[in-house]
Amino acid sequence: MSEVKKIKKGLDIKLIGKAEKVLEKADRSETYAIKPTDFPGLTPKLKVKVDMEIKAGSPLFFDKYKPEINFASPVSGKVIAINRGERRKILEVVVQADAEIQYEEFKKADPNGLSREEVKEELLKSGLWAFMRQRPYDVIANPQETPKAIFISAFDSAPLAADVDFLLEGDAEAFQAGIDALAKLTDGKVHLNINPNMNQAKMFSEVKNATVNKFVGVHPAGNVGVQIHHIDAINKGEVAWVVRPQEVVFIGRLFQKGIYDVSRKVALCGSEVKTPCYFETITGASVRNILKGKLKDDEKIRVISGNVLTGNHIPEDGFIGMYDSQITVIPEGDKHEFLGWALPGLDKFSMSKSFFSWLSPNKEYRLDANLNGEHRAYVVSGEYEKVLPMDVLPVHLIKSILVEDIDQMEQLGIYEVAPEDFALCEFVCTSKIDVQDIVRQGIDLMIKEMS
Amino acid sequence: MKALRKFLDKKKPLFEKGGKFAKLQSTFDAFDTFLFVPDHTSKTGTHIKDAIDLKRTMSVVVLALIPSLLFGMYNIGYQHFLSVGETAALMDMFVYGLIKVLPIIVVSYVVGLGIEFAFAQMRGHAVNEGFLVSGMLIPLVMPVEAPLWMVAVSTAFAVVIGKEVFGGTGMNIWNPALVARAFFFFAYPSKMSGDAVWIAEKADTFSGATPLAHAATLVDANGEIAKSIFEQHLSNAWDMFIGLIPGSIGETSTLAILIGAVILIATGIGSWRIMLSVFVGGYAMGAIFNLIGANPYMELIPAWQHLIMGGFAFGAVFMATDPVSATQTTRGKYIYGFLIGFLAVLIRVMNAGFPEAMMLAILLMNTFAPLIDHYVVQGNVKRRLKRVKVKA
Repeated sequence: MSEVKKIKKGLDIKLIGKAEKVLEKADRSETYAIKPTDFPGLTPKLKVKVDMEIKAGSPLFFDKYKPEINFASPVSGKVIAINRGERRKILEVVVQADAEIQYEEFKKADPNGLSREEVKEELLKSGLWAFMRQRPYDVIANPQETPKAIFISAFDSAPLAADVDFLLEGDAEAFQAGIDALAKLTDGKVHLNINPNMNQAKMFSEVKNATVNKFVGVHPAGNVGVQIHHIDAINKGEVAWVVRPQEVVFIGRLFQKGIYDVSRKVALCGSEVKTPCYFETITGASVRNILKGKLKDDEKIRVISGNVLTGNHIPEDGFIGMYDSQITVIPEGDKHEFLGWALPGLDKFSMSKSFFSWLSPNKEYRLDANLNGEHRAYVVSGEYEKVLPMDVLPVHLIKSILVEDIDQMEQLGIYEVAPEDFALCEFVCTSKIDVQDIVRQGIDLMIKEMS
Repeated sequence: MKALRKFLDKKKPLFEKGGKFAKLQSTFDAFDTFLFVPDHTSKTGTHIKDAIDLKRTMSVVVLALIPSLLFGMYNIGYQHFLSVGETAALMDMFVYGLIKVLPIIVVSYVVGLGIEFAFAQMRGHAVNEGFLVSGMLIPLVMPVEAPLWMVAVSTAFAVVIGKEVFGGTGMNIWNPALVARAFFFFAYPSKMSGDAVWIAEKADTFSGATPLAHAATLVDANGEIAKSIFEQHLSNAWDMFIGLIPGSIGETSTLAILIGAVILIATGIGSWRIMLSVFVGGYAMGAIFNLIGANPYMELIPAWQHLIMGGFAFGAVFMATDPVSATQTTRGKYIYGFLIGFLAVLIRVMNAGFPEAMMLAILLMNTFAPLIDHYVVQGNVKRRLKRVKVKA
């Protein structure tokens, strides 16, 4: 067993409404959607039309520039809508589910007995490739490349994050099968990064075909990008792939059962949920039935697919994002506060100790989506450095992106970072700068320049 | 409060584009956001944000300046009554100082904020909070006898040339408050040096020179005379620490400044790295001088005494730490701070013409801060390149 790496820089944001480890049944969702906007940099081409009948695992659309990458329907049923935004950009492909799911049939096989090409082909055909993502750039992996290693973070340190042990309960065999399949895809190692304080499940400690690394510490210790940086940092020209634990299970199910089964547990959490707990559902499900009757109704709320730092704002009848395993509900907070900046602030959370809330370090907060200020130029320095546990100079990297200096971006480590790694920088920023957006712009620019 | 909010919401359209007072939009906005944290919510990225904003940051710094300000007022009264040989009650001294200092503060804020509002309006920007601190720093580094119009001109110079020409708060190269002081120092030298300006309405026969000015005379003094100057004017370190000495309004009391430093460090607003390394740098240079001992100044003033004389402590805690004009990298902050302390003591001892060298040392290092950062950044880049080579 390897030594435990301790992540000291960062910040745990304690919020009200952590999900109890109880699995509740919600009415089955009638509609499901896959959102091309969940995949940065993707140009989707549709394979279906409205009213077409499809099965779970049938492709809904594919990548225009890498047509072998398919995006599959999570359920069987009828395509009922293709929602478009500005300039006809596809936002959602919505499927009305059958009462009983019909699955496309894929090959059932023990991945240990397959070749790399066969594993790859199965993943591409079934649509599960969409879950294989790569660093640099934080986009879907390029099937033409072979990664130097594959990284899986077995814990989530984000605010109110779901407990991965609980999410994967009962899926130990599928998880191992998934790992076996992943091991075929790289010449290097499959790294399974666990937090000994959070991951007690045997499927992690007794995993085969993977190297276990241990991390403890504050958020973003669970971010796979941070872990890669500490295990085997990405240099120019190198590629690593990343997969999330639930997605490893999906891959395992494909090889065990021969079907595209992306059913998963999600945590419903946040201060505006009456009793935060877990639900059994399917990737892409409408959250309407899950939220029904579960919310406190005293204030305007914001529903987020994902966590409060990196998730997406969705409507109350919106759909769970492709990579998300939690739904967070917080107050919108679109109201004025009289002299808010001058009050002692016992109910305000801040990394700085300029609010008296620091006197109660274990308090859980009910935070809303208010900016708590206005956009400004950079004034305060040294803030980002406190929450970015990487040997990267965050502000200098951000500035090199703003001036579109490709060389400088490369030198300062653009290949090592993803927007989610900068989420805490954005949270603590006194000047309220949209750091994640800027990092994504920088990545988009790099992709454009390097291809 | 609801009524006030309603009133503001009703008036708001008048100040928006096409409204009657659209030209005063920034001004309205400044007052509106001062009274109420706006209802803006996060549109992209993180859904929750840290409670801190620039208004909070700046008001914490102003709060940290309050002990120095209050003590400064008291000291002005104390010095005045001492010089005229009267005894006065503590409250009388304080009120005397208050009456002397208040007009300077008012002038600094009115002139500075006036220009800030005008520039914000011209550019169509929001009014930035930066001047809340500069407006308090400027009076604290002025001599009490500074004519108000000179304070006004210096402030205007600092805001326009020191800040707005670069694009406003966050863009400036030098600390605006120090630009104001430097302008004052070079434009009206007779009002910021000598022994007449530091004590309000001083009796003519009383020597009002600052300890630094006394110390500067040590350089050319010899043996016995030097000893007597030291004994007479420079041996009472306790007074210097408490701040019962002539000097700029807010800089004399190291004790009050340290209270401010504790507030800044405890809240995480001020950089302890810079403060610490300024003191270390100053002490190091002082110690070197003690070792050389080429003249009585070097010989007689112990290294630690440099840290409580003149504006050293004030500069270290409130001026050097200005995040905009300081270095931004962690490693850079140590280098930057150390050099400020080092140079301040060096200039102080070697050049009798500039007894208050802290200001010059900080402005010089402000200028070099980007260069220091550049080398720190290059260090990061080199580490990254080396990683590739090790692998290859």
